[in-house]
Amino acid sequence: MSGKLMNGARILLECLAREKVEVIFGYPGGVTLPLYDALYDDAMKHILVRHEQNACFAAEGFARATGKVGVCLATSGPGATNLITALVDALMDSIPVVAITGQVSTKLIGSDAFQEADTFGITRPCTKHNFLVKKLADLPQAIHEAFHLAASGRPGPVLVDIPKDVFQAEMHYTPVSSIHLPGYKVYTEGHAGQIRRAAQLIWESERPMVYAGGGILAAGASDELRQFVEKVDTPAVTTLMALGAMPSGHPNYISMPGMHGSYAANMAMTETDLIIALGVRFDDRVTGRLAAFAPHAKVIHVDIDPAEIGKNRAADVPIVGDVKKVLDKLNEALAEAPQKLEKNAPAREAWRSRVNTWKREHPYDADFTSPQEIKPQHLMAEIDRLSGGEAIVTSDVGQHQMWAAQLIRFNHPRLWINSGGLGAMGFGLPAAIGAQFARPDKLVFSIVGDGGFQMAIPELATIANHALPIKIIIMNNGHLGMVRQWQELFYNNRLSSVQLDSFPDPEKLAGAYGFKGSTVDSPLQLRAALEAAVREPGPYLLNVRVTPFENVYPMVPAGGAINEMVLGPVQPVEVA
Amino acid sequence: MLQLISLLVENKPGALMRVNGLLSARGFNIESLTVARTLDPELSRISLVVDIEPAQRAQVIKQMNKLVNVLQAQDLTEAPAVRRELLLLRVRSTQENRAAILKEAEIFGARAVDSSTDGFALEATGDPEKLDEFIEVMKSYGDIEVTRSGLVAVSLEAKKLKLAPPVKKDLEVESQSDGVLK
Repeated sequence: MSGKLMNGARILLECLAREKVEVIFGYPGGVTLPLYDALYDDAMKHILVRHEQNACFAAEGFARATGKVGVCLATSGPGATNLITALVDALMDSIPVVAITGQVSTKLIGSDAFQEADTFGITRPCTKHNFLVKKLADLPQAIHEAFHLAASGRPGPVLVDIPKDVFQAEMHYTPVSSIHLPGYKVYTEGHAGQIRRAAQLIWESERPMVYAGGGILAAGASDELRQFVEKVDTPAVTTLMALGAMPSGHPNYISMPGMHGSYAANMAMTETDLIIALGVRFDDRVTGRLAAFAPHAKVIHVDIDPAEIGKNRAADVPIVGDVKKVLDKLNEALAEAPQKLEKNAPAREAWRSRVNTWKREHPYDADFTSPQEIKPQHLMAEIDRLSGGEAIVTSDVGQHQMWAAQLIRFNHPRLWINSGGLGAMGFGLPAAIGAQFARPDKLVFSIVGDGGFQMAIPELATIANHALPIKIIIMNNGHLGMVRQWQELFYNNRLSSVQLDSFPDPEKLAGAYGFKGSTVDSPLQLRAALEAAVREPGPYLLNVRVTPFENVYPMVPAGGAINEMVLGPVQPVEVA
Repeated sequence: MLQLISLLVENKPGALMRVNGLLSARGFNIESLTVARTLDPELSRISLVVDIEPAQRAQVIKQMNKLVNVLQAQDLTEAPAVRRELLLLRVRSTQENRAAILKEAEIFGARAVDSSTDGFALEATGDPEKLDEFIEVMKSYGDIEVTRSGLVAVSLEAKKLKLAPPVKKDLEVESQSDGVLK
């Protein structure tokens, strides 16, 4: 047999190197000992996190910031089960992640061995696909298949479970030259006839609009999207997943639609006669009550996942394909017959001006000037000023996430990193770790609530360990703010288990890890405090005490149609 | 509403779990399920009957087609197809009605596969409704015990099997080249 005699652990690292993996986020354990032994003198960078869930969130942060596959590593049993939340998060947001887990030796599988769990069974619904590798000979194939599956088509997490004796076994290793997944069909080109029909609908439309989502980022189609929007001169919304796919300051851009979306976005979605849906899934947080969503609109739906088309909203023109390629072809088709686009130009111009009026007359709640207390919106506006649309912002889940999404601008894709579909608290801090490793050149803000921050506190050690210059901004309202908002609005203000007392002293907390931290509670000192945090060469923990009872508006109540937004507090509070 | 789905899957551990998991995650109950190897030993055919809300039927087929181990998922509920089920039935008989049982079995195209002083084991194939009738008839002769295979089906339309082609992995030598050779 040809090839170098190597053990499974070394072969795995060879395969990862072939996949151009730069960094692994992981946490060792009993059955991964052989792999960690191989890592000891390998060129691969391994970042030791403080909890496996955060290894996978960090891998996601890396993947979301770059578009490359993020890699995490955990041991069997509790190590593997700790990955679950983050795997589902990656699945919901279509993020390419490869998770490698150790498993008890093949002879012990099924015997309730120490630290044994049925990882293959448990992670089946949490992944795009998963593997249990019981023979070393199958390992290289499985690893390369895992990377192919994670990164291609609709991206997602893939898990490879590897028993200890497979790491230890030896064989003559020859790199695999091809992989074959006969059942994994990805259609990228887009049906030519459907693309022609789409162009026809666009020509006929008087009130078209673009509804673009995470698929734009996955396909790297931001430039094509902008060209398309400008060519048709249509209003455009991007979902929470796709902030930055259009520069926030673009004249055609009207922010995100949905539950906490902009007035203009939700009104335009309701009044449009043609939705051009690009890499989106008509999520319930976007559509509100589905039966009342976009009642006058025909729908062109482009997605690489055929199962998304027609799932929630029927498509008049379904196009299965890579949204970058499809947009390219659509742009071509439109360029070939500019006169056809002229025909409805006056109607479309009137539509644009109507949408612009909505946009002008209903900006996001901008009254954040309170002399006594820091308003959350004020905080986001100040971070926006410092970022100038260029910083990476990772967020956790809840009110701060919505205010950040509304008020911080992004000039490029992959700057806004958040847990969209799953809404997993504890995401923001570890995701920032992954993003900062991916983009050491970038200013990274990790905006978290006081709730989600406390779910991720152990990772302050990882940040300190690597002196990652992440600016952790805690929007501290002393509550689980979003749940409190719902209890206030829909449960007679019976605030049940949402008050977060005993928050640690941030200065002491950061100091305990060896970096700087402080608290700011005066609006007059907010800007200086943020600037000091950014000036600090290392990590910084800034605890921002904000007014505790602020609510996020606009808000579409659960089960409401998106044009039935509540724009602000029903009874304005009298300021004494 | 009952839906008949025929799947061609890779004969690998976990393939059935993925199909089953997709249904159980949506709370759909499987009425019957059969799995067996095809002519190609690396592939298996699954025939399954499942109770699915009409609005979800197309979505379920799409989701099944997305499974990496599934080469093809077809909805045969209303498609031209032959559907059959196998029934094994044990009936206790008295000395007097033995001949009548065999006569009845013959009418249903069933045959005896075991005979003892207690009674017979009978084998029948057919569509489920016909087997239901056969069971009813046999009940009248005495205690019975029944095992059904669940529906198996073969499509009468030749549907072309589309497979994904192999994907090349760059070899080490190429990735390590200094750019001169490329």
